Amino acid sequence: MGKTLAEKILSENSQTDVHAGDIIIARIDLAFLQDGTGPLALRQLQESGLKQVANPKRVILFLDHAAPSPSQELANDHITLRQFARKSGTQLCDVGEGVCHQLVVESYASPGEVIIGADSHTVTAGALGAFATGMGSTDVAIAIALGKTWLRVPESFKVVVSGRFNKGVYAKDLALQLIGKVGADGATYKSLEFSGEAIENMSMSERFTLANMAVEAGAKVGLFPSDETTRQYLESRGRGNLFRSFRPDPDAEYERTVEIDATGIEPTISKPHAVDNIALAKELAGGKIEQVFIGTCTNGRLEDVAIAAKILKGRKCHPKIRLLVAPASKEVLIQAMGAGYIQMLLEAGAVLQPPGCGPCVGVHQGVLGNGEACLSTANRNFRGRMGNPEAFIYLGSPATAAASAIAGEITDPRELM
Amino acid sequence: MLKGKALKFGDNISTDDITPGRLFHLRSNLPELAKHLLEDFDPSFSSRVKPGDFIVAGMNFGLGSSREHAAVVIKRAGVAAILAKSAARIFFRNAINVGLPVLICDTDKIGDGDELEVDLKGSTVRNLSNGAELPLGDFPDVMLRILEEGGLIPYIKKHGGFELQS
Repeated sequence: MGKTLAEKILSENSQTDVHAGDIIIARIDLAFLQDGTGPLALRQLQESGLKQVANPKRVILFLDHAAPSPSQELANDHITLRQFARKSGTQLCDVGEGVCHQLVVESYASPGEVIIGADSHTVTAGALGAFATGMGSTDVAIAIALGKTWLRVPESFKVVVSGRFNKGVYAKDLALQLIGKVGADGATYKSLEFSGEAIENMSMSERFTLANMAVEAGAKVGLFPSDETTRQYLESRGRGNLFRSFRPDPDAEYERTVEIDATGIEPTISKPHAVDNIALAKELAGGKIEQVFIGTCTNGRLEDVAIAAKILKGRKCHPKIRLLVAPASKEVLIQAMGAGYIQMLLEAGAVLQPPGCGPCVGVHQGVLGNGEACLSTANRNFRGRMGNPEAFIYLGSPATAAASAIAGEITDPRELM
Repeated sequence: MLKGKALKFGDNISTDDITPGRLFHLRSNLPELAKHLLEDFDPSFSSRVKPGDFIVAGMNFGLGSSREHAAVVIKRAGVAAILAKSAARIFFRNAINVGLPVLICDTDKIGDGDELEVDLKGSTVRNLSNGAELPLGDFPDVMLRILEEGGLIPYIKKHGGFELQS
């Protein structure tokens, strides 16, 4: 019987012939924590009595969710994480470096690896062909010590995306359409495995966006076959030697096949308070918003900033809109400055935030007021997500966000392109 | 055998409902964080919940963020188990890791305030208020063993690592 991508990667990792439903002990190639989940993980590690760190060079602590710290409690949590990194020889990405998932794909992840992070959007690295999945603090703590965890080999959904994206339509619109179709729990525990013409033609940046949102359908991983695009990306990052080709077998067994024609997709938005609560941007046109946020591990990359900057260039943000931009990493920020995008955004009225999670998690840097609405390029719009249960969050692409910032209301970006 | 009262919720209770991001700064102060358990959803919840109660929900309980604090504060409140039609993957694993059973069953047959009896070994829930018997979905042996030890930390303390094959 042929193997899915998940079965291939986990078979190789465990040095056994595994299929969906099997339980394995997996070797962990990369484990990471962030400032929201790290302190609990370190307390659990201490409680476990385990003193060792299996592979300190492949353990990373990211200060990104509340960075720079907005409070004394979180500043103290940051101290705890820095002290652990120093003492254990593990890697620290301090305030201002960027969002953990972006830094993982920029500098650490490679095809065939098993990666666990104490953050649900760890799935982002699936775009590079890594079996990357989110877990809680205790699981990651134990994996840091032992270098292993237990995993159930997931069943897979084959997601075939045919055709080509029309102008003004992006991976984000596809991700929202897919989640709308499958449902917020439709792929719970599954591996989403992407294929088809539109997938093959996607840039790495777009692949990261789609893989990132796999968890919003409940999936354990969102996997792309590693191909020439993957190889070129890794080479550009100085990791060309780590490229390996992983493809599913033609006779692999899938629990379900989901087919989407990219050509038919239009700019899409998730409405409050669920990611699968989708509508077309044109159907929501004129909807009231007060804030627009461009950034996050979903859409804070150079390509995303470029799309927004090109729409906003020479135009002005509507006076009633607060436009917040947080590049996903320091490198994205530097490159966006070099290309002139930051200048364009600032001249249009944007507020530039430090690389990191920004207001996405509801800690700081753009908490909404009662009754206010934000159009965000993030991945989640649950009630209370941006720090106020009395506020409303819409999700869309960077193009939709930029166009809506100019119009001062929800807008189909094709009207301004 | 567990016996207690059902506190009923609907579908898609997220970790943002359980432990919202605006309380991020309380994550290293669990007693304080626990006072706010589910408050955006039900402001009276932390005063209403009694040790031994069950949280009973619909589909996809615990979706969203990987924050294990959500499972930890439910456990700290004394909730004996979560019963749901389905649970999000990361939350499910987190709950087991902190010794909080998540039991999958048809929760339509349970109303708010119903008295329940849960037989973990026999894999059934009996609704004492209406007589319904609800079979429980099973989960992997490894999770059952972690749960039996009271969570992943006591499991690791006892075994030193993962033991899959019995």
